[in-house]
Amino acid sequence: MILPAAKCGACNMQRYSLFNLIRQSLGYHRGWQSNWRTPAPKDHYDIVIVGGGGHGLATAYYLAKKHGINRVAVIEKGWLGGGNTGRNTTIVRSNYLYDESSALFEHAMQLWEGLSQELNYNVMFSQRGLMHLAHNEHDLHEITRRCHAIRMNGIDSELLTPRQIKQRVPMINLNARFPVLGALYQGRAGTARHDAVAWGYARGADALGVDIIQNCEVLGFDIQNNEVRGVHTTQGLIRADKVGCVAAGNSSVLAAKAGLKLPLESATLQAFVSEPLKPMLDSVVTSNTVHCYVSQSDKGELVIGGSSDPYNSYSQRGGFDQIEHVVGPMVELYPVISRLKMMRQWGGTVDLAPDRSPILGESAVSNLYFNCGWGTGGFKAPPGSGDLFADSLANDRMHPILQPFGLERFTSGELIDEGAAAGVAH
Amino acid sequence: MLLIECPWCGQCEQSEFHYGGEAHLTRATPESDNTELTGFLFLRSNVRGDTAERWFHAAGCRRWFNARRNTVDDRFICTYKPGQNAPQETTDA
Repeated sequence: MILPAAKCGACNMQRYSLFNLIRQSLGYHRGWQSNWRTPAPKDHYDIVIVGGGGHGLATAYYLAKKHGINRVAVIEKGWLGGGNTGRNTTIVRSNYLYDESSALFEHAMQLWEGLSQELNYNVMFSQRGLMHLAHNEHDLHEITRRCHAIRMNGIDSELLTPRQIKQRVPMINLNARFPVLGALYQGRAGTARHDAVAWGYARGADALGVDIIQNCEVLGFDIQNNEVRGVHTTQGLIRADKVGCVAAGNSSVLAAKAGLKLPLESATLQAFVSEPLKPMLDSVVTSNTVHCYVSQSDKGELVIGGSSDPYNSYSQRGGFDQIEHVVGPMVELYPVISRLKMMRQWGGTVDLAPDRSPILGESAVSNLYFNCGWGTGGFKAPPGSGDLFADSLANDRMHPILQPFGLERFTSGELIDEGAAAGVAH
Repeated sequence: MLLIECPWCGQCEQSEFHYGGEAHLTRATPESDNTELTGFLFLRSNVRGDTAERWFHAAGCRRWFNARRNTVDDRFICTYKPGQNAPQETTDA
């Protein structure tokens, strides 16, 4: 017995609910429909988004949802969320020093807070709190300054003493080689399920009429009179009034196909997970100074990351020495994990901008927009990035929050230098 | 870990080296306008594939050199001294 599930009012999407779960269980769960269609590309779209990761799918979703533009295609050369969306450590936070970054990342944070309900898809957003550790006098000054700046922007932020840190993270070794002197804490920060972000947005966008075209690589752009008219793909020419490139580490490769150069360098960022453990860490702990960060997944694995590999690469693999650079400080900070086995390691290709802030804006080619440069911290932003980028594409002007993030800043000198502020890529 | 052929010291581990970014950039001059300055300071080819880049043997002879490397599989094609043009032939470093 295969039962159709109750659909939501406006669209064709099967909703997830207790009622539908019970209803489907009567039919042995054979009545669930797939989360998105696999359409053949049409000849023409209002807007084509290149890149089917979290940012691209979110852009398509908000274009259809908020702006009523549903003649939209998302073109992905591999599979959805197979790039950096599926290759990160799932950390979400909005505690940035500068006003411009605060506005952008806090916008994303507020959307994160209602995202599971908005998408009717559990993205497992867990606001478990995040600590930045300070290991020396300079770090303490830096986090104090940042804490006050963040609070001035109306975002939650507090300073923790070593005693408070020990209470929250009993396994930490405060007297490590670089002693723990304090921490910057954001209680609303946390983690989310990476794949669910891509899948949830894809499902939502598809239900609103967006065509999601996987295994379709962009080979070039159709540019006439310095205006983009479409994209050449492995499935033929797809014409479009506007094109948004949201391709993370491969943004420079795409830009080169339009004859453009971007201020980006692509490098590998590695992460790894341990074997599963009983609950031992209920917040995210990061350290810029010794550069390692850790959280515990719902499965019990410790999810560990560090800084990007030190040279440009598209390999998505990374070097062994970088693993040692991360694991060394980890064992020093948390001696209890010294005999823990690592289960998996992976690498993503991150697009680093010189000031470590994202780049969103129209390029030198008319109607060709870029949303890139999220570097090592893109996962915290898909909802905000997608919402604001969609608003900008729909209205032919950059949203006020995004205006400081344009390519012009590299000529005007008005950089948003979060890289220098945090002392690291973030 | 990558093994890198320093033109002066021979093969050493990558951890001895610092990465120096894209090679053969045209330097900006005091007469350069903002566009040229942006190009020199910030815009990069960021090639996916065979690219020329600078390396510094920080924990060795402390000298700069250039390398051709494939950024897809990280394989070094060859290394050569500063001031030289990138060798076109493919040799295994």
